[in-house]
Amino acid sequence: MRQAPFRILLGLFCLLVAVWLVMPTLVIIPMSFNEKKSLAFPPSGFSWQWYENFFTNPDWLSSFFNSLRVAGLVAVAATLIGTLASLGLSRMKHSGAGLLRAILITPMIVPGVVLAIGIYAVYLDYQLVGTTTGFVIAHTMLAIPFVIIAVSASLEVFDVRLETAAASLGADRFTTFRTVTLPLIAPGILSGLLFAFVTSFDEIIVALFITSPYLKTLPVQIFTSITRDADPTVTAVGTIIFIATTLIISAGLIISSKSTRS
Amino acid sequence: MSASNTRERGAAIDIKGATKRYGNFTALDDVSLHIEPGEFMTLLGPSGSGKTTTLNVVAGFTDLTSGDLAVGGKSIVALPAHKRNIGVVFQHYALFPHMTVGKNVAYPLTLRGMDKQARDRLVVRALDMVKMADFAHRYPSELSGGQQQRVALARAIVFDPPLLLMDEPLGALDKKLREWLQLEIKRIHRELGTTFVYVTHDQEEALVLSDRIAVFNQGRIEQVGTGRQLYDEPTTLFVAKFIGESTSLRGAAQTSGNETSLTIAGQKIVAGGKLAGGRKPVVLLRPEKLSLASTKTPAAAGQNSLTGEVSEAIYLGSGSKYQVTLRDGSVAIVRSSLEATPFSIGDTVDLRWSVVDAKLLADDDRADMTMT
Repeated sequence: MRQAPFRILLGLFCLLVAVWLVMPTLVIIPMSFNEKKSLAFPPSGFSWQWYENFFTNPDWLSSFFNSLRVAGLVAVAATLIGTLASLGLSRMKHSGAGLLRAILITPMIVPGVVLAIGIYAVYLDYQLVGTTTGFVIAHTMLAIPFVIIAVSASLEVFDVRLETAAASLGADRFTTFRTVTLPLIAPGILSGLLFAFVTSFDEIIVALFITSPYLKTLPVQIFTSITRDADPTVTAVGTIIFIATTLIISAGLIISSKSTRS
Repeated sequence: MSASNTRERGAAIDIKGATKRYGNFTALDDVSLHIEPGEFMTLLGPSGSGKTTTLNVVAGFTDLTSGDLAVGGKSIVALPAHKRNIGVVFQHYALFPHMTVGKNVAYPLTLRGMDKQARDRLVVRALDMVKMADFAHRYPSELSGGQQQRVALARAIVFDPPLLLMDEPLGALDKKLREWLQLEIKRIHRELGTTFVYVTHDQEEALVLSDRIAVFNQGRIEQVGTGRQLYDEPTTLFVAKFIGESTSLRGAAQTSGNETSLTIAGQKIVAGGKLAGGRKPVVLLRPEKLSLASTKTPAAAGQNSLTGEVSEAIYLGSGSKYQVTLRDGSVAIVRSSLEATPFSIGDTVDLRWSVVDAKLLADDDRADMTMT
């Protein structure tokens, strides 16, 4: 039992790190029930008014639905493109496959602000600033790497020889894909879809550049609201998004871990 | 299915001048093989000999560089794998993990648009045949390797293909299970009457299962024949060494008339007939054709005799097995019956055999490569 003091110290240190990581997120939850119109911490009193404001104020609601619409379209587009890309990459025998994969992953590595400047410059020319199309194209690009990573992981454990077996039993290539490949990589595709949705839903950097007064996404609305006045509605929104994304991402992780285990 | 019509259910296979090249590497070199309807043909050979390539070509997984392939008299070279209607059993089972055993076996029937009632009947019949009917609702991951392979077999025969290909189907299973499943496969072949083409590198398995065996080496067929033909009348040294145990003797050769004799470490033996083409001869002897005798007893007429020393003596119950190191350093393997005089390690003995029991073959250094 000589190690006991050391173990306690280690435990405390870990707790400190955990608090440091989670606290900034959790702090908004009590703040969202603040009675006064202030962002002071600790909050005083209890009220649902900021939640009420979120659900009644058209500025907040329209930005929320904008985000939902954009993220929904992005999830579909990125999943489709990302899945096809992963399938192609996994079948490619050419040595260029690795390079191609690296290129497809770059939007995840390139600093967001650099991307945002480039996108903004191009969008000005093509009048895509402040349009749903513009948001969907930009966010799809950002979400594709997440889909590729998730789908590639399930293709890694997929036994290609099953496709040969299906062919011997009379299945053409499309039937083989539909009845054998797709069901077996579906968990990867589904978790890619969830990641793509979340990537778009909480994206702020590119959104700030290509937003317009007519099309604001929720993160943009939060940012403008908090810089203009200290409206505690942002904490209510933050809490809602936090809970929603936690649920979605956990679902995605559970699904993908299940698929790699089997 | 009456016994009288079972033989008609299989298709004849004709492989003509099949060649497959990958860049500079020739995987199949002008292979021709005729397989009778309903025959159990085994493609036997070491890894890389072309036997699996041949199977993949017939299944449609690999294209030929040149040559032709016909099943039931019709060329199928141009048909993609999924249109060939040939059953395939893989070494790695290849069952669909997201489907139950029943769904796996029903899969080829569903693809053929069969209604559920007829499908269910055929699935039950196929699973019955492999004794897996009780497992229809299980998933492949809940089955052992042997059970999975039986399900894979049921799936490959359920749509009643005229030809079934099996690629080392028992390769991943342990010896006991393998021996039992060999007999099962033999029984299913008899019941179905389908043509079976079976790939293995295990010569014992080939002998147990096959009507005929095609021995592959370096992309070519060395010899095709029944197990007995390959064992008793090998035409090449490679076949002789690949099937069964044998002793090969080499020495300075003299040919006089129609007779070749070898001189081995000062002792002369009669090797038999005459080799065509003046190639270097080697004398091949099966262990049961050899006997050991004391050096004092004279050899009978028509017998050869070579002196050596017993280097290993193994009692096998049904008889004994000896290794005898000859004076030129080569090792002979001898199997003797229970009645024969026993010898011990270190004894100096005479190795005896009848001239007619020796097989004279052309020497071939390729033949030794595979035994490593």
